[in-house]
Amino acid sequence: MSEIIEKSVRDKFPDAVIESGDSDGTLMLRLEPKFLVDVSEFLKDSPELKFDYLACVSGVDWSDRLEVVYHLQSLSLKHKLVLKVDADRDDPKLPSLTSVWAGANFQEREAYDMFGIVFEGHPDPRRILLTEDWEGYPLRKDYVSPD
Amino acid sequence: MSVRIKTEEIMVNMGPQHPSTHGVLRLVLMLDGEVVTDCRPDIGYLHRGIEKLSENRTYIQIIPLTDRCDYLSAMMNNAVYVQAVEKLAGIEVPERAEWIRVIVMELQRIASHLVFIGTFALDLGATTPFIYCFREREDILDLFEMLCGARLTYNYMRFGGVSKDLPEGFYGKCKAYIAKQRARIPEYDELFSTNEIMLLRTRGVAVISGEEAVDLSLSGPSLRASGVEYDVRRADPYSVYDKLRFSVVLREEGDTLARYLCRVEEIRQSLLIIEQALDMVPSGNPVPKTSLGFKPPEGEVYHHIESSRGDLGVYLISDGSNKPYRLKWRGPSFMNLAAIGKLVRGWKVADVVAILGSLDIVLGEVDR
Repeated sequence: MSEIIEKSVRDKFPDAVIESGDSDGTLMLRLEPKFLVDVSEFLKDSPELKFDYLACVSGVDWSDRLEVVYHLQSLSLKHKLVLKVDADRDDPKLPSLTSVWAGANFQEREAYDMFGIVFEGHPDPRRILLTEDWEGYPLRKDYVSPD
Repeated sequence: MSVRIKTEEIMVNMGPQHPSTHGVLRLVLMLDGEVVTDCRPDIGYLHRGIEKLSENRTYIQIIPLTDRCDYLSAMMNNAVYVQAVEKLAGIEVPERAEWIRVIVMELQRIASHLVFIGTFALDLGATTPFIYCFREREDILDLFEMLCGARLTYNYMRFGGVSKDLPEGFYGKCKAYIAKQRARIPEYDELFSTNEIMLLRTRGVAVISGEEAVDLSLSGPSLRASGVEYDVRRADPYSVYDKLRFSVVLREEGDTLARYLCRVEEIRQSLLIIEQALDMVPSGNPVPKTSLGFKPPEGEVYHHIESSRGDLGVYLISDGSNKPYRLKWRGPSFMNLAAIGKLVRGWKVADVVAILGSLDIVLGEVDR
């Protein structure tokens, strides 16, 4: 199945995939951020792929860059996929996936809250777990706690 | 002659100290008369930074932290974390330990669903079911206390097994509990599930279609009540669930009542699982030797299980040191709560309490 998924994405968007690999036995595709929304829509709507379920959105700080990891599932066709996109550490901006999967809403807010990643097009881009006036982004590796 | 009265929208805070929010949750409601026009959940009151703490703890020190996410499903939180680490490090788990884990996880599911039934009834103004459910839950907590000395935060699972073997007398006590619990479920149904007031307040209330529920990443009984057959125990079997006979409880209505009824039926299914598992536990030693200097290899893993509330996932990245580089929790309560705005819109203030109750969230898991 992994080959089919990778091939259909590469055929449809020849410039979107930067790297493909394996994440814990699941196909991983690292995408060019500007293609993220289009590829996601394709993954969701394509009748052979039907990635209808956004299971998990995680931010990661790799010190030289920030990364967002999307764990996708197809509940109807029972397969999985991992998408990764990189964001610039000094000006982290990525397109929001809330227009594709409603389940992205809270999870993107959490990634903003903890890593400062701005999701452009998010309908409610506020902090979620911390207070509005909190300074800094706690899950960044260089974060210094206030006390 | 009817006169149209001019009304103004009013903002009402429900919580953070409100008896029906099951913890500290603030719902900001916009009301037009009694009708909810918008609802924004304000969360984070219970945020302890568990993901940040985990980056500064050794792998074994994190197990007690997991107890404190969804504290009504501590066994499942233990399990999802240790299984993720086992997957990453390639640790073999003795079969006896796997079966014991299934037994305690299903007991946990029942205990959690009993809290749900009791508190849900309480939310609707019925106090008796709460006492009934907590009476039975006590038996499960006694079993857990026998097993590991704790009643809420168990710290029971270990990499490659569990911290203690089943104690003498556990088998008999557990069997007796199963028989008792089975006989008690019809009591709940008589008292509450078929109660006129209960039905009036829940049937047809806040219907969500299967498609919308999937789009919102709902999971657990809150998703299966809308007819979507997604249960991680079947969809992505872990532990020894593929050797067990049970059915995934589904309902088609997608309303508040269906979300309630799914959980009641799941108690029956869990009893069935525990009964089979008790008879299938092989002999052996389920307690591994724990090494304090444990370091898994570099890599990443995503593991998920079906907790009492739904799809509970862990995304773990290791840099080869003795502490995780990143440990992300995918809590079903967090995801399910995100649907509240959509669910309550157009319903009355009094319905909000029932609808929120039917999602069965635990704030410890929402806020982490």
